[in-house]
Amino acid sequence: MPSNEPHVPPATNKASASLPIIGQPSTRRTALKGAALTLGLAAFGKAIWPMISIPENVSLDEFLQQHYKELSADDKQKVFARLATETKEKYGAKVTINDQRPIPGVKFAYAINLSKCNGNGKCMEACNIENNHHRGVDQSYIRVLEMTKGSMEMEHGSTTYTHDVPQDDKFYMPVQCQQCDNPPCVTVCPVEATWKEEDGIVVVDYNWCIGCRYCEAACPYHARRFNWEQPEIAAEEVNPNQGYLSNRIRPQGTMEKCHFCLHRTREGRLPACLEACPTGARVFGNINDPDSDINWILKNKRVFVLKEELGTEPSFFYFFDS
Amino acid sequence: MASVMESTRLNGEKNAVQSYPGFLWWALGQATNGSWKFYVWMFALTAVFLVGANAWAVQVANGMIVTNMTDHVSWGLYIANFTFMVGVAAGGVMMVIPAYLYHDRKMHDIVILGELIAIAAIVMCLMFVVADLGKPERFWHLIPFIGRFNWPMSMLTWDVIVLNGYLLLNLHICGYMLYMRYLGRQPNPSWYVPFVMVSIFWAISIHTVTAFLYCGLGGRPFWNSALLAPRFLASAFVAGPAFILLTLVVLKNVVHRPINDEPGRVLVNIVRVTILVNLVMVISEVFTEFYTGGGHTASARYLFLGLHGHYGLVPWIWTAIVFNIVAAFLFLSPWVLRYTWVLVVACTLAFVGAWIEKGMGLIVPGFVPSTLHEIVEYTPSLVEWKVTAGIWAAGMMVLTISLKMAIAAFTRHPTLEIH
Repeated sequence: MPSNEPHVPPATNKASASLPIIGQPSTRRTALKGAALTLGLAAFGKAIWPMISIPENVSLDEFLQQHYKELSADDKQKVFARLATETKEKYGAKVTINDQRPIPGVKFAYAINLSKCNGNGKCMEACNIENNHHRGVDQSYIRVLEMTKGSMEMEHGSTTYTHDVPQDDKFYMPVQCQQCDNPPCVTVCPVEATWKEEDGIVVVDYNWCIGCRYCEAACPYHARRFNWEQPEIAAEEVNPNQGYLSNRIRPQGTMEKCHFCLHRTREGRLPACLEACPTGARVFGNINDPDSDINWILKNKRVFVLKEELGTEPSFFYFFDS
Repeated sequence: MASVMESTRLNGEKNAVQSYPGFLWWALGQATNGSWKFYVWMFALTAVFLVGANAWAVQVANGMIVTNMTDHVSWGLYIANFTFMVGVAAGGVMMVIPAYLYHDRKMHDIVILGELIAIAAIVMCLMFVVADLGKPERFWHLIPFIGRFNWPMSMLTWDVIVLNGYLLLNLHICGYMLYMRYLGRQPNPSWYVPFVMVSIFWAISIHTVTAFLYCGLGGRPFWNSALLAPRFLASAFVAGPAFILLTLVVLKNVVHRPINDEPGRVLVNIVRVTILVNLVMVISEVFTEFYTGGGHTASARYLFLGLHGHYGLVPWIWTAIVFNIVAAFLFLSPWVLRYTWVLVVACTLAFVGAWIEKGMGLIVPGFVPSTLHEIVEYTPSLVEWKVTAGIWAAGMMVLTISLKMAIAAFTRHPTLEIH
């Protein structure tokens, strides 16, 4: 007797002979099992039917798209054109998506004068508009902490203040991506969807990120954001000047973060948050340029970085006047 | 009988490779036969699983916004369950060690139970990770050589390797042993003993790597403790054996399989030690946090006492602590070996206690307060509960079917003595 034949009583019911269950007795039980399996599969199909949105929203080209670093110039042009078309279809806005690369020899750094910042929040508004953030939740890459004078302990701070600013007993500390030289978010990413570029900016390939949010857990500065839903922006509010690694509208389910407005700064302009700041608290520039403002600050002010003990080596500095 | 067995053996050798799928098909056929109790059980699990599958599909379509996770608490119920199930999978090794390192004959007879539980638990782990992904259709980016695998830097890539490796090891060991049973042949030790030995170290590694996932993050002081990996192992060696003991009770009293009491006693004695080791570690960690004080202990204060008017996790953790302490007393009492109901209560309390402690009590407070000391609380949404229940149902289905496959293979040649 061949070993793959079961030790079972001979078949008594031919009703299910049409079911091709090899090596199984053709009994009523087998027929019922087949029927139960069919019903179960049908119910499963019905249950996961909402997932039809994946093939509807994710084209084959997008599904198969390679990592940013593996795209040739030709590939990039095709990808950018596809993304622009999709933005036109979904948001009704005509946009151009570019691939601004680091300027050789440039390393960016940012500094904030905590004596000047008064917590007015214009930087957050500018970030929201410039970077095509989801409008529903006033998303921004910046959080402004209202800190109690006499303490640098963040536990005594608040980001949800709504009263007039500045308050006499408070000072204000904006926090955004610190563009660490030793970024924990890049270390932990399992798929290399985020990396540090030569000019110091940590970027995300939104089309490669799998949305595991490990980087969000790893970041000590709450600098990363997740797209919990598809961003909603009115067509006339979409910023059409977009970068692939920066402010293009991000897909639902992926991570994003402050990129020092690289689509502006790599073209010689200043970050949107700096331009919007009415107090002049923000200083941005090329740390390798001896004549830059940022270099003057680092040389002449006593600056500090947040959570220095973690060894993240931020490119983002804070200082006070006098 | 001898001649039948002989011919089976010869044919088996000839057809060994071709008939392995045949064996699986046969075992699956046997495993789907059963009493009305079995069909009711499977029907109920299928129903729960379908609810979960539907909830997950809704989550994929509408985005993770349907969960209650936020940028502040960015991991929730899924990762909590994932972490716990890694422990249950690792806990199966507490049958393998007595059976293979201490040559406990009676444990050896049922050691496959621990390995099958490990398979079901790992399947659940993988499902929980996929449920947590914002872009599940991009899972292929995580496949070595096809995607971009950030190994060895990212601890998550290590987890991908050790979890899938552990799954394959146990699939091989269980598949081989059961196939030999089915053929009526003596298993060849060189085909499984080396794999079993590797699986012992591998079991330790899956939970160590999973702890490293969290304790390597300097920005999260609540997790950034060298005690995390040892604590994970200790609680895994409580939860794993507790689940095995419950399964043994079910097999004996509901399915009426004749099972020797000795392996159960060994497992109870193991839990008697591990449950105390776990409690000592919890006390050690709590002491360090509260005696030192300061900003780094804010998460522990939030978890145990509440922080600035937020008490979301306080009932959870005190429930877990009460469960763990009561379970410890029950396990240390003589009644746990005398009365089945005491054993069932003790195991249930220990299992649920570990689930809370490793899940809501470990993952969530790591995010509260946030790294900028904002306090945003988290309670899972209905969708999260549905998906979680669905994955548990799927895991129980995998376990039920694989156990029945094992029983079918074991009872095929009842007189066969495997040494």
